[in-house]
Amino acid sequence: MTAMVKAEGVHKSFGAVEVLKGIDLEVRQGEVFCLIGPSGSGKSTFLRCINHLEKINAGRLYVDGELVGYRQKGDKLYELKDSEVALKRRDIGMVFQRFNLFPHMTAVENVMEAPVQVKGMSRSQARDRARALLERVGLGDKAGNYPSQLSGGQQQRVAIARALAMDPKLMLFDEPTSALDPELVGDVLDVMRDLAESGMTMVVVTHEMGFAREVGDSLVFMDNGVVVESGNPRDVLTDPQHERTKAFLSKVL
Amino acid sequence: MTVDIDKTAGGPSGTPPTPPEAIKAIPVRHYGRYVSAVVAIALLVAVVYAFSQGKINWGAIPDYFFDDRVLTGMGKTLLITVLAMLIGVVGGILLAVMRLSKNPVTSSIAWFYIWFFRGTPVLVQLVVWFNLGLVFEYINLGPFYRDEWSDFMTPFLTALLGLGLNEAAYMAEICRAGLLAVDEGQTEAAHALGMSHAKTLRRIVVPQAMRVIVPPTGNEVINMLKTTSLVSVVQYAELFRVAQDIGQTSGAPAEMLFLAAAWYLLLTSVFSIGQYYLERYYARGSSRSLPPTPLQKIRANLFSLSNRSSTTGGAA
Repeated sequence: MTAMVKAEGVHKSFGAVEVLKGIDLEVRQGEVFCLIGPSGSGKSTFLRCINHLEKINAGRLYVDGELVGYRQKGDKLYELKDSEVALKRRDIGMVFQRFNLFPHMTAVENVMEAPVQVKGMSRSQARDRARALLERVGLGDKAGNYPSQLSGGQQQRVAIARALAMDPKLMLFDEPTSALDPELVGDVLDVMRDLAESGMTMVVVTHEMGFAREVGDSLVFMDNGVVVESGNPRDVLTDPQHERTKAFLSKVL
Repeated sequence: MTVDIDKTAGGPSGTPPTPPEAIKAIPVRHYGRYVSAVVAIALLVAVVYAFSQGKINWGAIPDYFFDDRVLTGMGKTLLITVLAMLIGVVGGILLAVMRLSKNPVTSSIAWFYIWFFRGTPVLVQLVVWFNLGLVFEYINLGPFYRDEWSDFMTPFLTALLGLGLNEAAYMAEICRAGLLAVDEGQTEAAHALGMSHAKTLRRIVVPQAMRVIVPPTGNEVINMLKTTSLVSVVQYAELFRVAQDIGQTSGAPAEMLFLAAAWYLLLTSVFSIGQYYLERYYARGSSRSLPPTPLQKIRANLFSLSNRSSTTGGAA
């Protein structure tokens, strides 16, 4: 299988603080790749590097075989223009911890926005697709509602539909259920499970160990900016090899 | 234990529990409000009486209120207000975006513009525009336009540029505050969907910033309407200048100032109503239900009044 995401010695600093200290990993096409770890371990930052919301300071990061944010000519790197970065981001969907729906648009307008504005799809076609996507995440009857009229779980499912509207080849989830009431988490995880079954490549930063064990194909435990342990989620979660992993899992499981 | 619970739930006589009676309490009386209302009304009456007894020929005001010259002057005041605000708003958004830009050249230009136009009095700017012929004798736009400055810079254009360019500097700061008030997650979400900077601004950030921008802009419109009276110094015949002119020829100068004041008050009141509905429009999606309009409020109050009278009538 080919690698959808490939990281080689990725470093990232915010000022003097080094958040990522050399990350090496590979996300294969069609797999659900879970990133776990304590807060501040750098897992969200790494996720944001994948679609170039953050610039990396050292190493190489590839999505679908292409460098993220740069073009290589010979042994020189050239920064990509904003428009070129935007072009690559079309293919990468992202779901945020705090949903970040556009509050001045209804659910269906949120989902239509990018296909119309970025891909130049006609409004009627985009609207039909948006309705179908909302139906798929179980919100067919909420199309006309503004985000403020939806619960957190419903907002997050609209956000997933919004990302899917661009037909991404890769979906990034940044703690998608962390801001939700416990009883709403299940609905969002169900949608993500369906998505995984449909063969979408997903990188998921999560604290939902049950989801990781059940749906995940690979799992990485990060701490302090490095990958501590990786492997099959069921193996790592039930029989962690590393002391740090054991300590973390004993607290969250 | 269980017996006790049964008793309270079912009631001692075994009748089904009745819902608790609605509270009918005597509201707190606010005597202070009555007193202060009486004092305020008395003061108002005293002031009105004093003015009515003054040496002012009040009859002259209705005579000239709808005078053709006054109406044309008012039209020009409105025209300058609207056009200068248009320049101000467009220029302000542009300057705000420039100021927040990553490009150091554009942000410096915007900073300098705001520094200059906000730092000098608008009256001085108006006079300088009018007299710029001292510096530029001719205006020469190649094959398109060529004229002497004094012919080119009419009172109208002076008023428009003087007020509009000054306003842009103030609007820039209002717009900047609005743009900064929009959550960064919105920009990130738009970028993650592949939207360009310009599209993100136009479709996502600016519409949300409007909620913060509109209220102070309404304030600016009202301010602008009154500030247009300054352009009388550059010979532009707007409301204030017309009122002064009529005052001198008709022998009722003070009366005409009151007339102008009444017109300004009328126009600012109309603008305030417009502002209210504009704010409602940009508040959509920000609260679960929009607050009622004054008309809806009146209707609701009438309805509840008739409701109340019917219930009290039923009780009596």
